[in-house]
Amino acid sequence: MSVTNAVPTPTGSAPPSPPPASAPRRGTKKLQRLGRNPIGIVFSAPYLAFVMLVFAYPLAYSIWIAFHDFFFTAPGVQVERPFVGLENFITAFSDPAVIRSFGNIGIFLLINVPLTVVLSLLLATALNKVTRARTFLRVSYYVPYVTASVAVVAVWIFLFNGNGLVNQVLGPLAPDPSWLINSTWAMPTIAFFVTWKQLGFYILLYLAALQGVPKELYESASTDGAGAVRSFFSVTVPGVRPATVLVLLVSTVTGANLFTEPYLLTNGGGPNGASASPVFLMYQLGLQQGQPDVASAIGVVLVVLVLGIALLQNRFAGGRD
Amino acid sequence: MSKFQARLRAGVLALGALAFLFPFYYMVIGSLQASPDPTVSGAFPNPANLTIQNYIAINERISLLTGLVNSGIFTAGVLIGTLTFALLAGYSLAQLQWRGRGTVFALALLVQVVPFQLLMIPLYVLIARDYGLGDTHLGMILPFAINSTAVIIFRQYFLQLPKELFEAARIDGAGELALLWRIALPLVRPAFITVVLLTFIGPWNEFLWPFLITKDAALQPLAVSLANYITTVAASASNPFGATLAGAVVLAAPVVTLFILTQRYFISTDIGSGVKG
Repeated sequence: MSVTNAVPTPTGSAPPSPPPASAPRRGTKKLQRLGRNPIGIVFSAPYLAFVMLVFAYPLAYSIWIAFHDFFFTAPGVQVERPFVGLENFITAFSDPAVIRSFGNIGIFLLINVPLTVVLSLLLATALNKVTRARTFLRVSYYVPYVTASVAVVAVWIFLFNGNGLVNQVLGPLAPDPSWLINSTWAMPTIAFFVTWKQLGFYILLYLAALQGVPKELYESASTDGAGAVRSFFSVTVPGVRPATVLVLLVSTVTGANLFTEPYLLTNGGGPNGASASPVFLMYQLGLQQGQPDVASAIGVVLVVLVLGIALLQNRFAGGRD
Repeated sequence: MSKFQARLRAGVLALGALAFLFPFYYMVIGSLQASPDPTVSGAFPNPANLTIQNYIAINERISLLTGLVNSGIFTAGVLIGTLTFALLAGYSLAQLQWRGRGTVFALALLVQVVPFQLLMIPLYVLIARDYGLGDTHLGMILPFAINSTAVIIFRQYFLQLPKELFEAARIDGAGELALLWRIALPLVRPAFITVVLLTFIGPWNEFLWPFLITKDAALQPLAVSLANYITTVAASASNPFGATLAGAVVLAAPVVTLFILTQRYFISTDIGSGVKG
């Protein structure tokens, strides 16, 4: 606390830039360059250190690993890890399983992202207007989001099993082989699962955005003779556009991170790699088969692709605001 | 708004609620069945087919208590780290003026979009290999120690407090920590509860990282040991579905209970504003 005491508090709400009229002590001037409340640096330092240690450094390290011949060694052992250029990338992408996993995640995103945007916006709009049973509805929509994937995966395996409840209800319409062991249906089933699991969070984001749409716009739309459907498309959809950009971004990034679901629902990306995700292959190649350099190369490509998709989404959905 | 539209809306919402809640109901029912009954009638409780044997069975294969304790330590570590350091960072980002403030806030936003998949390998190399923290609680906690979303939520809340309040207290000679503890904190209690809930669900539900870092079953959080049960042991159990679902109920119950208790603080505007930055 001694630091704060050393700094004379500038009077009232005066801007921080003009120097005090009386001659300041020497140390004070130096501290003033750090801002009016240099103690803020001390308060934020642990967080900053954390971000550097757990995000910035590993991020740079990961890119370094991807371009070097890297392998696991006992701690403290010094070995040479030569620069190998694009060799890891070539190794990774000459593996058809890796190419397939990127195709799989593409299918996943094509189903999951649009479905998430449409369903969460529709449900949030309906939820926003309802007055009765609001708490009950809200709680039931958010519950899948707050529950562990591992726990709900167990129920889905039970539900979508060969003779599970879903197939019992569908009867002759049930796919054969069943959902999660069917190479056509495995990835879409995972995409539906993730949409269901995460939807509550996106409903929450849209509900927040809906509070920001001016009520007058709805009034004037209805004065102009717009029905509910028309005002949904002309007022609600443009009104929540910043939230839509966020939902697109977050669902794409989360989707590209897919690991738990193919690992558990389809028993490790089965059948025959039809639901393997890039992150699952990173785990398999990098940590199980001891090729962290190849796995890092996959990670770098994956992130570059995701960033590219995010930029495109921002370009086309973000407008100019 | 016509009556038809109102009915349609109610119907859609009710159908949605059913789709969201049914799997949870089915989880509980399935965990209590003596023999798995996947037929439609199996979705209704049948007194002749009820048992708690599944809970005993899963507890014999994976110690539920050990799993819960490990999940608890993991979660508590993250909560302590977040509630201390995210609070300090959020406060200094909102109410204090210092050089580099904008950069730190930008970093907190940026961290949200850094995907974990890229960090997975280097973090594993650093924490498990270089620091030798594999199979420790500390190694489990470290990458999650301060939740960046919490930093942003705290900042958002502290921004709403009038600066004059703090200026006045500073003139009265209060130190910054005292200001934070006595003035700021009591005023942002809703944010505190939101952050507790939001931070709690992260480590409690996290699977990938603790799965990578713990090989020793005695240290695995429940999500990891249950997942291992699903992938390896379940095949040899007499009622694998019942036992798995019993484990799922034990894993889900603490979070769902906490959520229902605190749901009125979990309102859209708080978190929305937090996430929007």
